[in-house]
Amino acid sequence: MTTTLDQLFVKVRAENRAALIAYIPAGFPTIEGCKKAIKALVAGGVDAIEIGFPYSDPVMDGPIIQEAAERSLSQGTSAADVFSALKCATEAGVAAVVMTYWNPIERYGVDEFAKSIADNGGSGVITPDLTIEESDRWIAATKNNGISPIYVVAPSTNDSRLSKVTQRCSGFIYAASLMGVTGTRTSISSGASDLVGRIRKVSDLPIAVGLGVSNQAQAREVAGYADGVIVGSAFIKCLLEAQTEEKGLQAITDLAKDLAKGVREGR
Amino acid sequence: MTTSQSTILGHFGQYGGRFVPEALIGALEELEAAHISALKDPIFQAELAQLHLTYTGRPSILTEAKRFAEYAGGARILLKREDLNHTGSHKINNVLGQALLTKRMGKKRIIAETGAGQHGVASATAAALMGLECVVYMGEEDTRRQSLNVARMKILGAEVVPVTTGSRTLKDAINEAMRDWVTNVETTHYLLGTVAGPHPFPTMVRDFHKIIGEEAKIQVQELVGRLPDAVLACVGGGSNAIGIFHDFIGDASVRLIGLEAGGDGVETGRHAATITGGTAGVLHGTRSYVLQDENGQTVESHSISAGLDYPGVGPEHAYLHDIGRAEYRAITDAQAMEAFSLLSKTEGIIPAIETAHALAGAIQVGKELGPDAVLLINLSGRGDKDVQTAAEYFGIPL
Repeated sequence: MTTTLDQLFVKVRAENRAALIAYIPAGFPTIEGCKKAIKALVAGGVDAIEIGFPYSDPVMDGPIIQEAAERSLSQGTSAADVFSALKCATEAGVAAVVMTYWNPIERYGVDEFAKSIADNGGSGVITPDLTIEESDRWIAATKNNGISPIYVVAPSTNDSRLSKVTQRCSGFIYAASLMGVTGTRTSISSGASDLVGRIRKVSDLPIAVGLGVSNQAQAREVAGYADGVIVGSAFIKCLLEAQTEEKGLQAITDLAKDLAKGVREGR
Repeated sequence: MTTSQSTILGHFGQYGGRFVPEALIGALEELEAAHISALKDPIFQAELAQLHLTYTGRPSILTEAKRFAEYAGGARILLKREDLNHTGSHKINNVLGQALLTKRMGKKRIIAETGAGQHGVASATAAALMGLECVVYMGEEDTRRQSLNVARMKILGAEVVPVTTGSRTLKDAINEAMRDWVTNVETTHYLLGTVAGPHPFPTMVRDFHKIIGEEAKIQVQELVGRLPDAVLACVGGGSNAIGIFHDFIGDASVRLIGLEAGGDGVETGRHAATITGGTAGVLHGTRSYVLQDENGQTVESHSISAGLDYPGVGPEHAYLHDIGRAEYRAITDAQAMEAFSLLSKTEGIIPAIETAHALAGAIQVGKELGPDAVLLINLSGRGDKDVQTAAEYFGIPL
């Protein structure tokens, strides 16, 4: 089964560039504002969107995404809002996945969650705190519904573990650029290219790098060795700092344009 | 067989396991290996035993509470005095073990979360003793409730970081400690203070606390010539409870009763009684009972006791509950404070407010079982840290 996401990576490989993937939490800045932001990101040229399921205890996230999640949850964002944001992204013509901590999936129902992803045009789900040892039901559910289970690996992941994790993964492999939480960084750690090199030895899947990428120069650098560049906190920061909704939306379109240029100049 | 020895993946039935970012897997595997090798290493065991003898003050004594017993149906009430340990609670058992493991792994920095401050103080103490750097994450709300313990940690040389996210209590302190760990995992050991979190923590922390029940079993039999009818302990994350329960799990005649924090009453929704009022879910790296809403978001817990104010519980307790080996009841703030006052006035022992939940349970169970019953209660901590909260509660001017 081929998803929209799989087709995207075939396309960007043919164009000899990396894909630009943007992260935005559902319900942020508001339920409707999120949908406007998705359209603004697509207008700026992002290739794929990760819809975040805001969670009360985001241990992998730094202060920017924590604040966005808190704002979203204070408006009562539910699983239904996550799926409707996902649908908005897929209808805007880009590949879309959901990124969520595990408990909301378990609470919603493992099979039901995978089905709702597929029903709303989603290509897969990124689960940053689901280990392969706890994944049997989830792998079965994603397979049944034709979507990709996407795992995050880190610079500390050793080679034998990389091989085991990537074997259970499809769509792409999410390579965390550094040891730490989400957020903008002034430079991209050299650990990122090392990690991508180690993954290449054990898997043919596309590899997208996330954590810390916030500007065109960094996007260009990462696009030199990865198949996808993931940007989250930098977009959210634009929306948090904007004085008006309109200015915020313009800012993320502008940033997306910059980054889209970057991912085309990396090679 | 009802003993709940965990499997290689740290499962207790459907509970436990490992739900963490891949970045932490290496550290958890290293810790698991260090724990397993230490269990078999006579030198490690001798070093820990020597520390308990000369530093902790083990074995802790057993005190019969005869005047208190008059209010508990006349049952014999035996208190396992973990409050007399160095630093004033059972927490020292675990931190000394984990601090030795930290050195064994060649790490120089420990981080810890704390609610009431007891685990933070114990961690700061072990760090001072063994020359480790120590950072303690504590919810801002708890730094206010437990300001005395904040000062104690600082005097011991630890850095205390007030956590201002979420409900600003224990749950958020754990989130922040995990973020630190993900970032600094190569140099840092996360000295988790309870039997929750990803494998191997629930098993390892249990192993460091099971000495409580092992000692108590011998002491009770020496005193009364038989096993107790029931063993009672308060349950937040559940470390003191699993510590005193564990050696009795195979003794079918002994009831194991955990007392959760009922706050304003489970029916009000303002409580921390995770097993009594929660549902199965994943929080902080483990599957167990969780206080959560229909979207899987953690619900804020409420308790007068900072140490029990946690919306999760150790996975082994979830399992013992489901198989019917242990029972869990909720004790309200008011019931706990009544027991707090009663033990103070009848026995001259001021218990921690956490521990007062177990004492309130003893009053109930004693009345149910009557004067022939023998109850063993884990007096898990002393109440010095709670004097301000209690004074406010009882209207005593400070």
